[in-house]
Amino acid sequence: MEFRDNEAIYLQIAGYVSEKILRQQWPPDDKIPSVRDLASELQVNPNTVMRTYEFLQNQGVVYNKRGIGFFVAPDAGQKVKQMRRARFLQQELPEVFKTIFLLDISLEELEQRYTQFKAEQLASLPISTEIPNGQ
Amino acid sequence: MVRIRNLHFGYARRHPLFQNLNLSLDRGHIYGLLGKNGAGKTTLLKNIVGLAFPWAGTCLIDEQPAAARRPQVLEDLFFLPEEVYAPALTAEQFVAHTAGFYPRFSTEQLYEYLQELEVPRGAKLNKFSHGQQKKFMIAFALAANTGLLVLDEPTNGLDIPSKVQFRKILASALSEERCMVISTHQVRDLESLIDTVVVVHNREIVLNEEIDQLAERLTFATGAAAEAPGAFHMGSSVRGPVAIRPNETGAYSRVDLELLFNALTDADAASLYSYLNQPSHASVQ
Repeated sequence: MEFRDNEAIYLQIAGYVSEKILRQQWPPDDKIPSVRDLASELQVNPNTVMRTYEFLQNQGVVYNKRGIGFFVAPDAGQKVKQMRRARFLQQELPEVFKTIFLLDISLEELEQRYTQFKAEQLASLPISTEIPNGQ
Repeated sequence: MVRIRNLHFGYARRHPLFQNLNLSLDRGHIYGLLGKNGAGKTTLLKNIVGLAFPWAGTCLIDEQPAAARRPQVLEDLFFLPEEVYAPALTAEQFVAHTAGFYPRFSTEQLYEYLQELEVPRGAKLNKFSHGQQKKFMIAFALAANTGLLVLDEPTNGLDIPSKVQFRKILASALSEERCMVISTHQVRDLESLIDTVVVVHNREIVLNEEIDQLAERLTFATGAAAEAPGAFHMGSSVRGPVAIRPNETGAYSRVDLELLFNALTDADAASLYSYLNQPSHASVQ
């Protein structure tokens, strides 16, 4: 996994886990990889992954069964979307705005392109309509 | 796990390498030991594991002096030197001769690691290439399951896929009971794997700090932000100017270990050094 410079690694891993949950690759009440296995897969310190799991537990995205491991919370999808939205608005949108401002791209053009993008997404992914737009 | 107090050591009486050096290393962490050529990284590791005897001061492993080389200390300790010695034995023979010294050695793990590192089976170890020999010894060192694992430049001589496998194995091998110390010049090889950075410079330890703590206290600025006054250290990169500044906003920036190392070993490192050595609550909050 390639990490960006502007966000703590444990939060980037939280983003990775959230993505798995949103895409239903890790469905509700399923056991997620152990700290050791995910650390190995991502080639990071296990303490970092532990921090990720504790963070996600505090956010109600995963829960801990003592001695067994971490599991996806039943309403994890909803929780992840809230978190993901906050993260997008705080972290990613300012970057996008910066580029839009620098390149002088009009809101009309953005709107037109986004409408087109949305239509394409809905056409190609009829089942997972929830993902691109939240609610 | 490792406690070094007031260590004095050198190879020639007139040239002490360490003076009043202090260092504590605990279980559950992967330490990255950084230092310039000749700063004494390998010598420090040798003092830690009892291969060199302090002039003065103590090097303890679990309260026992390392230099006493007691069996109960040695069976829970593995030191892998940069240049490994590979005898004319097959893997099976080497295990039969050596594994008995390590009560928690796992043959099953060894062969699993050897497979992941793509080390061939059957041949004698001295017929292997340098890289294969090194990978065999890394696998053996990890499979020994010792509480203290000390690796001197483990990624030197490893090809690109082997470095990836090495990181994967190391990440899966850390536990609450193990303390791993890795010396390296290739900070990028191990950047997201080590959780604590130790820097040896000018005969002492100038940094022993968790990377998360460093990220909280320092900002690694680029571009215009790097050129503002008040930086501890400035450098340049392909992305433009870079600088280390106090973290005043609490925003995260990735700890640039190379820049940090250059700052700490620079002639005017005093302000950064004293900033990092004051209690952390004095700075950010």
